Amino acid sequence: MAGAAGPAAGSGAAGGDGDDSLYPIAVLIDELRNEDVQLRLNSIKKLSTIALALGVERTRTELLPFLTDTIYDEDEVLLALAEQLGNFTGLVGGPDFAHCLLPPLESLATVEETVVRDKAVESLRQISQEHTPVALEAHFVPLVKRLASGDWFTSRTSACGLFSVCYPRASIAVKGEIKQYFRSLCSDDTPMVRRAAASKLGEFAKVLELDSVKSEIVPLFTNLASDEQDSVRLLAVEACVSIAQLLSQEDIEALVMPTLRQAAEDKSWRVRYMVADKFSELQKAVGPKITLNDLIPAFQNLLKDCEAEVRAAAAHKVKELCENLPIEGRETIIMNQILPYIKELVSDTNQHVKSALASVIMGLATILGKENTIEHLLPLFLAQLKDECPEVRLNIISNLDCVNEVIGIRQLSQSLLPAIVELAEDAKWRVRLAIIEYMPLLAGQLGVEFFDEKLNSLCMAWLVDHVYAIREAATSNLMKLVQKFGTEWAQNTIVPKVLVMANDPNYLHRMTTLFCINALSEACGQEITTKQMLPIVLKMAGDQVANVRFNVAKSLQKIGPILDTDALQVEVKPVLQKLGQDEDMDVKYFAQEAISVLALA
Amino acid sequence: MDSVSDLKSKEIKRATLNELVEYVSTNRGVIVESAYSDIVKMISANIFRTLPPSDNPDFDPEEDEPTLEASWPHIQLVYEFFLRFLESPDFQPSIAKRYIDQKFVQQLLELFDSEDPRERDFLKTVLHRIYGKFLGLRAFIRKQINNIFLRFIYETEHFNGVAELLEILGSIINGFALPLKAEHKQFLMKVLIPMHTAKGLALFHAQLAYCVVQFLEKDTTLTEPVIRGLLKFWPKTCSQKEVMFLGEIEEILDVIEPTQFKKIEEPLFKQISKCVSSSHFQVAERALYFWNNEYILSLIEENIDKILPIMFGSLYKISKEHWNPTIVALVYNVLKTLMEMNGKLFDDLTSSYKAERQREKKKELEREELWKKLEELKLKKALEKQNSAYNMHSILSNTNDELKKKPATSVG
Repeated sequence: MAGAAGPAAGSGAAGGDGDDSLYPIAVLIDELRNEDVQLRLNSIKKLSTIALALGVERTRTELLPFLTDTIYDEDEVLLALAEQLGNFTGLVGGPDFAHCLLPPLESLATVEETVVRDKAVESLRQISQEHTPVALEAHFVPLVKRLASGDWFTSRTSACGLFSVCYPRASIAVKGEIKQYFRSLCSDDTPMVRRAAASKLGEFAKVLELDSVKSEIVPLFTNLASDEQDSVRLLAVEACVSIAQLLSQEDIEALVMPTLRQAAEDKSWRVRYMVADKFSELQKAVGPKITLNDLIPAFQNLLKDCEAEVRAAAAHKVKELCENLPIEGRETIIMNQILPYIKELVSDTNQHVKSALASVIMGLATILGKENTIEHLLPLFLAQLKDECPEVRLNIISNLDCVNEVIGIRQLSQSLLPAIVELAEDAKWRVRLAIIEYMPLLAGQLGVEFFDEKLNSLCMAWLVDHVYAIREAATSNLMKLVQKFGTEWAQNTIVPKVLVMANDPNYLHRMTTLFCINALSEACGQEITTKQMLPIVLKMAGDQVANVRFNVAKSLQKIGPILDTDALQVEVKPVLQKLGQDEDMDVKYFAQEAISVLALA
Repeated sequence: MDSVSDLKSKEIKRATLNELVEYVSTNRGVIVESAYSDIVKMISANIFRTLPPSDNPDFDPEEDEPTLEASWPHIQLVYEFFLRFLESPDFQPSIAKRYIDQKFVQQLLELFDSEDPRERDFLKTVLHRIYGKFLGLRAFIRKQINNIFLRFIYETEHFNGVAELLEILGSIINGFALPLKAEHKQFLMKVLIPMHTAKGLALFHAQLAYCVVQFLEKDTTLTEPVIRGLLKFWPKTCSQKEVMFLGEIEEILDVIEPTQFKKIEEPLFKQISKCVSSSHFQVAERALYFWNNEYILSLIEENIDKILPIMFGSLYKISKEHWNPTIVALVYNVLKTLMEMNGKLFDDLTSSYKAERQREKKKELEREELWKKLEELKLKKALEKQNSAYNMHSILSNTNDELKKKPATSVG
């Protein structure tokens, strides 16, 4: 190694200014031999510093060879290195020298550990953009070829990610070679490589000329889609979307649809699941006519698949499928071909299926219009609103805005209220929590009278729930309601009830009063805070329980900025000072903190 | 799937299968050549299926009950029948190999992912018999297991049948001829060692360690790469795994040759030194228990001049600082043992302990100085670059001005 491992290395002795240029490499070598992996890692993360200090030429001639030859290290260090190198083009002298970065990245791309390999491939892709076409053919393409012929599967897998970035700018002859290498990887012996190739098939297809797509990619696609391993077949389904986007309608029908039909009826549920999962993309890619003739029947089958996972995946796509149908005639299609199947799903045995359906079914209201919604969809909504599984009910409730647009919530409110109440009192606190989060939304849609009449007591009950997370969420809920309904409403309905809790025998409830005041004071404004809330807070400063007292201090700190200086000086300061002399350490601490934050000292 | 539909037909099938099992077990000469094709077809039709998705997506094999196969009453009998078929004295591999081919074996291996442990148990025995009787399929089976494991390690970290497959491999490795083929050594280093990184190691560690030790008993020159491999993958945050690794190291040390020991003693004891000072008492304890092993003690004694300097620092530190009194007691015993092995070296290390610590602190400071200088250098260079760019600019603009001021004078 030229020059760098000189006497300045290792001993750490300070060199004179003339030795400056030796420092960087010396430091690096030292650190990279250190026992502590953390130090090695830090050193690699500062590689750009070292490169800057060395300058572009020495980086090329000394640093990079050093890295290529001597790094056999922990995967963490290699990962950091792979990442650094992706941004090194500037540090080696610009695009003309980008190819110098290839040797270290090539060896990183063959490493066993997946994350290191992936990062190396990512960096290689980045750098490929900075190569001139000449450099690409002279350096990058040979690298890809070497990786693609590597004897351990790791290098061949990495190669798969590099074809699409070097193809576009290569010459005709080289393009032919690139295609050939890709072809052989698609029929590689090892399933890992075939999987990698299948997952990159779509991306590669996008950069090829249309003729190549038809003559080369489609056969590869068909083969991968009938691979013996279902893990390969399902990746072919993903590629299907990209390929279909490139072809004309006739070509799709002839070249792609047979394979897709096969996939939708594959004996492995995983492949069928993938078809269901990618359904919207497939629909958009194949166009309306093929959708009508082929995809809708396939979708019907997926909705009644024997595996619940597949049914649930299909159920998730119902709304998108319907939305993407051409507007003309879509109502009829949905009513005749989709709705009957959905009706079955409402009483499916599997709760995930029902839950998936519940999350999208409301969206159909806007597509089908008022009459159809009332006649056909409403019964389904109501049925799901009474489902035994809380998640199903929650999903319906969370999507009410779609229905509100079309038919107004009043229709549902009869059934809605019992459903809400039941969820609000569910034994599982996470279910209760979920319903609280929807409360502001519901309140907004149902209007203030409905809310006051039916839901107000619920919200107050949550404030004294056993579970702290519920009490906390309930407090924040109140704040959002005040933001929606205004301070006058707050003053008339909420605030009195909150303040009453200040006399509750349970100290946790007394504290909840304070937390509410914290949350509501800003929304309620200075007058309400000063006239109604402040006196209560100050009174609680004399509470028996220390927890209440120090929360008083915290509350005063929180609402202080909203009060005027008079109130602060005349009323708050004395109380805080008294708390500052409290016998309890925490009370003293928070009181003093409040005093200093409010600048009352 | 509704398990209580068609009860009558299911009962008939069950009875028939039972009959078949009985018939094959108790009669000789009934497995005729013409029957092979149908037998294999029947077995394939019953057991080869895409395994359904797990009912419990967060299935933790150590904690949760596995989802059992609903059609077990039939499938169990099919497996029984299959085994009797394979184990029958009338069974002829030369005929069967037409039907029990690579495709068959491939599908059989995929079934090892079944969540039902009873099924995996049967599969284990079945595969073992097939490996034993079909020599032509052996390389293929090993290759497919390779692929399953590699996918497990690098792609999914999920496969329910790892332990069973490793059990089979244990006996396969046991039967390897010497010298070991390159293919087998590659399997050890590139598949078995990386497998130690799997999250669910606890489920199959015993079988994995057995395979590793088998390899070492076959070829002791593999010791160094194996131990270096384990050290490379040493757990950093999972104490439960660390304890397993220490157990495996002890098993390896139990059979290690003294010459091999010398090759790895330094890196190994550096790691043991770290384990011994771990704040997790189970790790520390497990490492300290090495000193209860007679053979290991004899190896340490033979190489005390290399090992004691490595161990001394952390042992000394813990004897003063560890929170767990049991550990401290164990450490004292270990220190005593080491002192008895080489009293002089022990005393030397004790007296130089403080000086060592000082030296280390100084090195740390020097390191920081170095990096600071480097940062300054970087800033300086950046500034230089900026300045030179500025200079270029001003030179250029001056030249332009010059040119503007002095129109070209004509010659002469």
